[in-house]
Amino acid sequence: MAYFQPEIETASREEILAIQNEKIVKQVKHVYENVPYYRNLMEQKGVTPDDIKSVDDIKKLPFITKDDLREAYPYGFLGTDLKNCVRIQSTSGTTGKRVVAFYTQDDIELWEECCARAIVAAGGTNEDVCQVCYGYGLFTGGPGLNGGSHKVGCLTLPMSSGNTERQIQFMMDLGATILCCTPSYAAYIGESLAEAGYKPEDNKLKAGIFGAEPWTEEMRRSIEKSLGIKAYDIYGLTETSGPGVSFECEEQTGMHINEDHFYAEIIDPDTGEVLPEGAKGELVFTSLDKEGFPLLRYRTRDICVLTRKKCSCGRTHVKMSKPMGRSDDMLIIRGVNVFPSQIETVLLNEGYTPNYQIIVDRVNNSDTLDINVELTPEQFSDKVSETQAKEKTLEAAMRTMLGIGPKIHLVPPKSIVRSEGKAVRVIDKRKLHD
Amino acid sequence: MAIKQLSVFVENKSGKLLETVKALADAKIDIRAMSIADTKDFGILRLIVSDIDGAKNVLEDSIYTVTDVVAAEMKDESGALYHIMSVLGNADINIDYMYAFTSTVNSGAYVVLRVDDNNATEKVLEENGIKVLASADI
Repeated sequence: MAYFQPEIETASREEILAIQNEKIVKQVKHVYENVPYYRNLMEQKGVTPDDIKSVDDIKKLPFITKDDLREAYPYGFLGTDLKNCVRIQSTSGTTGKRVVAFYTQDDIELWEECCARAIVAAGGTNEDVCQVCYGYGLFTGGPGLNGGSHKVGCLTLPMSSGNTERQIQFMMDLGATILCCTPSYAAYIGESLAEAGYKPEDNKLKAGIFGAEPWTEEMRRSIEKSLGIKAYDIYGLTETSGPGVSFECEEQTGMHINEDHFYAEIIDPDTGEVLPEGAKGELVFTSLDKEGFPLLRYRTRDICVLTRKKCSCGRTHVKMSKPMGRSDDMLIIRGVNVFPSQIETVLLNEGYTPNYQIIVDRVNNSDTLDINVELTPEQFSDKVSETQAKEKTLEAAMRTMLGIGPKIHLVPPKSIVRSEGKAVRVIDKRKLHD
Repeated sequence: MAIKQLSVFVENKSGKLLETVKALADAKIDIRAMSIADTKDFGILRLIVSDIDGAKNVLEDSIYTVTDVVAAEMKDESGALYHIMSVLGNADINIDYMYAFTSTVNSGAYVVLRVDDNNATEKVLEENGIKVLASADI
């Protein structure tokens, strides 16, 4: 069994707790003294650094939400003098919620170490060729995995996203063994390889590290098959550092959270109450030793479950389930909560590609849900009745999964616009009317 | 005996049918017979063409399927279609869909029949003196 940092990755529960307790006391004191925005939140709640003696006391601290980050933009959560910072990264800001995070050199080191742990967990060594086709730049995906790959000693191909033809050429010519990108782009590369006449066994890839967007077990299986690899999930967010906050091991049953740096809680999203292990709720992170952007109790909006069940890989850090939904992604249609990941599950189960587009609108004060789905040759028949029956079957399966009935529209393959970074899955036209 | 029909999925959006037909025209593929079934979202363009392999090449990026259909000759006079349909009806053969075309080559009228059992259909037609076309005839 290989680990990047075996002492910490397999440390006992007591050892991890001791590290966390030591760090949190220091971190809260530091934030209180250096981040006026958060000190104000603490004062409103009547909490002082003296109240925080161990991670058990974290529950006394106030939450930070995305709205706080927006209000404090850009420097409100800066945790140290700017002269100590060496980098910023930023979220895409497509929803108007741009977040700018600051990093000191130590912050970069710890982030890259977390990514290195993920690469080693996926079987990476200094003999691997690691192709990173996450976007480079403000997006954390490229820089994070790039740094992790360096730390492991892989030959790193800093491809960034897009230009699929060139991705494939480098992949084949230089014998890439590990692929890092978004799952939707991995699926796209798989399709493009097949179109170029390559079989899954023609490439040298053995593993893929995919994250930055929601994906399902079905999509994992389909990517693993098309590329002939084992696909590992990786999780992270700009607010805490980037990818590598947690990562999957070969068990593929959840992602180990790097608990020596990030303290995780699951809360009831409505009441803010901390829930016990195994309960489903909103994931909240406290950065234990970040300097540039030291967020305490940051509400991620991701809904998931934590488990401390012993893992066969030997790692002792708590595991989080794949996020089951994100309150940001969650659509409320006719009063029903709908997650795009549920739609994707149905499509893959019914033999369609995971390329779809959800269009939500409001007609005569009632919400409508339309889903454009790419037709496959196997689903097509020269008889109208048979092709329409496919639409009906899919509608019925969607109704069972979602609790509301969508209208399915079959469209030709590749007609749904694919971005080569994050897929645009949802068009909510209701916002235009409000 | 059955002949090959090409069925192409066409999105119900302006310009989509044009794209398909243009691609065939550019490849100099002659459409001998055609029909379109349309629904709200999509249409199915059914074609009998001069060069089916050539057409498949042109439509590589489209969704299509190739089906065997029966093409029967009709006298170009009243009651001819009725005659064919009664023959099939008497033999309990259901027609999924059908369309007719005329040909200047043989100056005849023809009907394309989509049925479940092509062999049984051809047999019944021929027993009743109705000529069934082979690919070479079209």
